[in-house]
Amino acid sequence: MKKLYDILSLQFELADFESKRSDLAFCKVKASQAISLLTHLRDIHGYTHLVMLTCVDWLEDKQFQLTYLLHNYATKTDLGILVFIDRDHPVMDSLHHLWKQGRVYQRELHEMFGIDFPGSPGVEEPMILEGWQGPPPMRRDFDTKAYSDETYSHRPRVQNEPEQHMKEQLYSED
Amino acid sequence: MENLYPPIVDGKSVYDLNSQKYLKMWHGPQHPGVTGNMSLELDICGDQVIKCNTHVGYLHRGFEKLMERRRYINCFPIVCRICVPEPDTNEYLFAAAMEDLMGIEIPERAKWLRTLNLELSRLASFLMWIGGQSGAFGMGTVAQWTMAHRDFVLDLFEEWTGARIYHMYTIPGGVRGDLPEGWDKRAEKTIAAVHKLLDEINYVMLNNAIFKQRAVGLGVITPEMVDAYGVVGPNARCCGLQRDIRKDQPYLIYDQLDFIIETETAGDAYSRTVVRWKEMYQSIALIRQILAKMPRSGALHATLPNVLHLKIPKGQTYLRAESTRGEYGYFMVSDGSAFPRKVTVRGPSYTHAMALLEDLAVGVNIADLPGLMVSLHTYPPEIER
Repeated sequence: MKKLYDILSLQFELADFESKRSDLAFCKVKASQAISLLTHLRDIHGYTHLVMLTCVDWLEDKQFQLTYLLHNYATKTDLGILVFIDRDHPVMDSLHHLWKQGRVYQRELHEMFGIDFPGSPGVEEPMILEGWQGPPPMRRDFDTKAYSDETYSHRPRVQNEPEQHMKEQLYSED
Repeated sequence: MENLYPPIVDGKSVYDLNSQKYLKMWHGPQHPGVTGNMSLELDICGDQVIKCNTHVGYLHRGFEKLMERRRYINCFPIVCRICVPEPDTNEYLFAAAMEDLMGIEIPERAKWLRTLNLELSRLASFLMWIGGQSGAFGMGTVAQWTMAHRDFVLDLFEEWTGARIYHMYTIPGGVRGDLPEGWDKRAEKTIAAVHKLLDEINYVMLNNAIFKQRAVGLGVITPEMVDAYGVVGPNARCCGLQRDIRKDQPYLIYDQLDFIIETETAGDAYSRTVVRWKEMYQSIALIRQILAKMPRSGALHATLPNVLHLKIPKGQTYLRAESTRGEYGYFMVSDGSAFPRKVTVRGPSYTHAMALLEDLAVGVNIADLPGLMVSLHTYPPEIER
């Protein structure tokens, strides 16, 4: 994996190579080069399978970490491409033209984290949260407790002493 | 009739829904032909689908968000609920991702028991699926047989782990307990009954003229589509690709077991059925192998620090396993605290039910749509998490 990283470093500005296992490694790339790196990996190096695209919210660093995980069926190795984007203005290039399932992942990230992928088909459509009014819910600063307190009316918990309750219900006339 | 079909402009069919020649129809979310709760928004012409849009969100419980606010051990009752028919894959992967981040090696015997657990749940999940597949094509009898046999398998689980559906048998560091006394014999009796049922299914379902007429040529997946759509598991194997994580990147003790990758070449719903039917035989053979070769003594779990105060070193990892539907994966990020920073579940249905189904459904008769959906073995909670 280190060999592949060295070869790719000649063309792309990569950083922070981390070998997790013999078949799994992560490396960082600039957002502007990410899509061309993914295309390069897919077409030249055999990383043909987009396993997933996900996002980690680093609230304290004001950054989103997008993780593109690619798998190579020939060498049976995985390469995670990490892209850090600004959390306040999250925009990223779309990869819907590389993999058909890409637009579904991007649609979900748009809904859950508020990341915009210009040009991705249907990215603005709600996917899971139809009619959602609040902020993107998977962000770390979204307070689920405060949201539910504001949105739903409070239903107090009524607890009855079983013996007393039965007495009142069944034998109220006595 | 011919002029009813919409003209194609730039590769897309163009039609006017107000022309009264076309109809918009919702298939689901509550529908016997839909796996789980999801809905398909169909534009139909006559009885043929010309456009399909998948709508999910009916089973969203925010598992990934919930996990960010719970300690690692508290996440266990959550992860298994991501997939009802086959919860053990989730439990194994969550535990394995934790162990990978902490650098814990689990005892040999725990690996065998985990594999046995995974294979038995694979058998149960396939039995449920084959009921759906036959039921979607109007063969309710087969569905009743297989659901009854799945219950016998669940009986084994109940005796072994104490629970029928959510076993929570795999725990971080190993497994929760040993097999009960005499369980092997009862397991052999049950899987022999399932084996006999599979022989019968060959006659009544796979060689049934009606089933063949409807399933052959339905929803063909070509090898070129596999990587373009991210197709995994039996859906990829049905068009001749030799891809199985149990062989390619062996986890647990799969490298010590003797099995082959089952494939077919046609890529349609019928070949997917055949691949899964063969894999059920394989699963039975694997269970027998495990019970014959398994070490009967030794530790069941590694020593862990107090799990309630467990902190996992900073890092990220991805673990995958072969479920009945294909590649199942957990991406876990830890920031060094007692709570996971992010857990992403990569369910195989994510690609199968959204991008792939939307394209495969075009041109299909609406009566065959449930059969197509079940043949992809989609399961909505994996999409929504």
